[in-house]
Amino acid sequence: MNMEKVVFAFFIVFALTLNFGFVLGDISNPVHHNVYELYAAIVVSIIATVLKFGDRTHLGAVLLATSLVADLQLFAAAVIWAIVEQISETGLRPHDMAAIVSLAGGAVLANVTSVVLLVTETVMVRR
Amino acid sequence: MNNIIFVLLRRLHSPLIVLICVYAVSILGFVLIPGMDDQGRPWRMDFFHAFYFVSYMGTTIGFGEIPYPFTDAQRMWAVVSIYATVVAWLYGIGAMFSALQNKAFQELLTINTFRRRIRRLHGPFYLICGYGDTGSMLVKALTEAGMQAVVVEINEERINALELEDLNTYVPGLRADASKPEMLRLAGLELEQCIGVVALTNHDRVNLQIAITSKLLNPGQLTIARAETDDAYQNIQSFGTEQIINPFKTFAGRLAMALHAPGMYLLYEWLTSVPHETLTEPLYPKRGKWVLCGFGRFGKSVYERLQEEWSDVRVIEAEPEITGAPEDVVVGRGTEARTLMEAGIQDAVGIVAGTNDDGNNLSILMTARQLNQDLFMVARQNSRSNDAIFEATHVDLIMRRGSIIAHKIFALIQSPLLDVFLNLAKEHENDWANEVVSRLSGVLQEEPPVTWELDITAQDAPALHRAVTAGERLSVRDLYRDPRYRDESLSCFPLLLRRGVEDILLPDDAVELKKGDRLLFAGQASARYMMEWIRGNQNVLSYILTGEEHPSGYLWRLFYARRKEPGGSG
Repeated sequence: MNMEKVVFAFFIVFALTLNFGFVLGDISNPVHHNVYELYAAIVVSIIATVLKFGDRTHLGAVLLATSLVADLQLFAAAVIWAIVEQISETGLRPHDMAAIVSLAGGAVLANVTSVVLLVTETVMVRR
Repeated sequence: MNNIIFVLLRRLHSPLIVLICVYAVSILGFVLIPGMDDQGRPWRMDFFHAFYFVSYMGTTIGFGEIPYPFTDAQRMWAVVSIYATVVAWLYGIGAMFSALQNKAFQELLTINTFRRRIRRLHGPFYLICGYGDTGSMLVKALTEAGMQAVVVEINEERINALELEDLNTYVPGLRADASKPEMLRLAGLELEQCIGVVALTNHDRVNLQIAITSKLLNPGQLTIARAETDDAYQNIQSFGTEQIINPFKTFAGRLAMALHAPGMYLLYEWLTSVPHETLTEPLYPKRGKWVLCGFGRFGKSVYERLQEEWSDVRVIEAEPEITGAPEDVVVGRGTEARTLMEAGIQDAVGIVAGTNDDGNNLSILMTARQLNQDLFMVARQNSRSNDAIFEATHVDLIMRRGSIIAHKIFALIQSPLLDVFLNLAKEHENDWANEVVSRLSGVLQEEPPVTWELDITAQDAPALHRAVTAGERLSVRDLYRDPRYRDESLSCFPLLLRRGVEDILLPDDAVELKKGDRLLFAGQASARYMMEWIRGNQNVLSYILTGEEHPSGYLWRLFYARRKEPGGSG
């Protein structure tokens, strides 16, 4: 067992599960979407990205790219949330929530790709 | 560039993750710990404010406690966070600097810069492997002749020397092992612009490797290799390397030539000179008894050559058993008067100081001069750095190994026909060489001759090629008429005419030219530029051939044709 592989896979899968958990629920209902979960999803996603740095294989490059996409989507979601809550006077309306969740939903897709690639590689190795 | 970022990022894995974790925990702490607003109501920091606060706290900017003054619990957490974030930053920045200063990383940086510079080179270049005495002279000669070079050298000091050298054009240098094909590829071996590879390292094995790599990766290019042993010589020759140079043999051969055929030596020296040198003066070595100091690889070659001409050669050698010196050898270094006397320096006509130690060679010559004023003195100079002291001794002939080989390679690169000419010339007598030299000195001024090729092909000489194809009679003489006044000659003359497999030395003026002929000219550099006119300009050529200036414009040509018709003349 390789400790590096454990940590690597842990963060990639964790990023997906957190992200998925945040998206789960009615898209425009703020009650269904926990801000702490989004925060955790962002932190884990960034850590996953850093872990993917420096792998010069083709697969490594694609993994890094999917991770960067997920980061970008989650950041956008967080920025919108912050703007809506702090800067605009309106507060969090259902359609704002829908925008945040749909951005996070896009990130789920990127994270799924990451996990699929990871699983594929693991199956190919057969060790 | 890509590589550099990836390598840097891989080295910064752990500091980055530590930094992210510390930030994440600090932010989360501020969000979770209850606070109080200005009216004393319970208040929770949201993620936006927590991120804002941690960001300026972690970078120790410190704007204060906002938006409301902190509670004690929040302050306690802030204390923990301050230390954690500062330590994480210091760790991260420290790791980055050490990664940047890492030797391997620095090397990667230089390799990247080098690769970029090679890619930026426009036009053809030569790849020189080994920047010792020979390599540095060759590079200097090449750049002065307006050609580009790239250097690969294993020794860092010499690469630094290259960077400090005052050269006409920029010569990129890489500190790398030239025996590794990867490094040669990095230096542009496979590029189309790389028209030649010169392997001049000190090791035959490395030179062999370079020659093989060059022949396999870029078969079309010229390959010149140095080989010190016969074994390596034949090995390198076996896969079609164009030129292989044995430094000791070439060097000894040239010295022997200087002594027994001074005219031929002068011809060689002149024709293989590099730009901006002064013309070598003719030598007048005497016949009689010679003393040879040093019987190493060089000494042996000299001894063999000298024995063919002068039977009476005495050898002085410090270790006769190891080197296998002849029986009448005088044991010693030759630096002391006793050994020189024993070798009979008083009734000798010349001395060759041929050891591989410059200091000893100088000492031998100084001692010998005291014993016999009239000696013809030949010094072997091993290192280029001793130029000044050797010049100061005013001996008759200084043989510099690096210089002879660099000159030879330079000549090969300049015009392949020159090598053919010199090999053919070797079969002639000294008197013949003297005639060529006197003919050369007739067209030269202070500068040594330049040599160039003229091919009667559509690419090289379009005007000439067209004329010959049209069936006009062109003789060798026409090629070096002065385009300004045809009865005068340009200050040059043809050395060689190559027609198919036939080589004609010093072709006669009357020889008629045919398509595909290749000629080698020697003379002043200015003559070469004037000849460009004859090569490419049809009007100049027709003046050369007929002595008449033909109208070049379409209208004037029509006009002239009309005028000539009624008169019927011209």
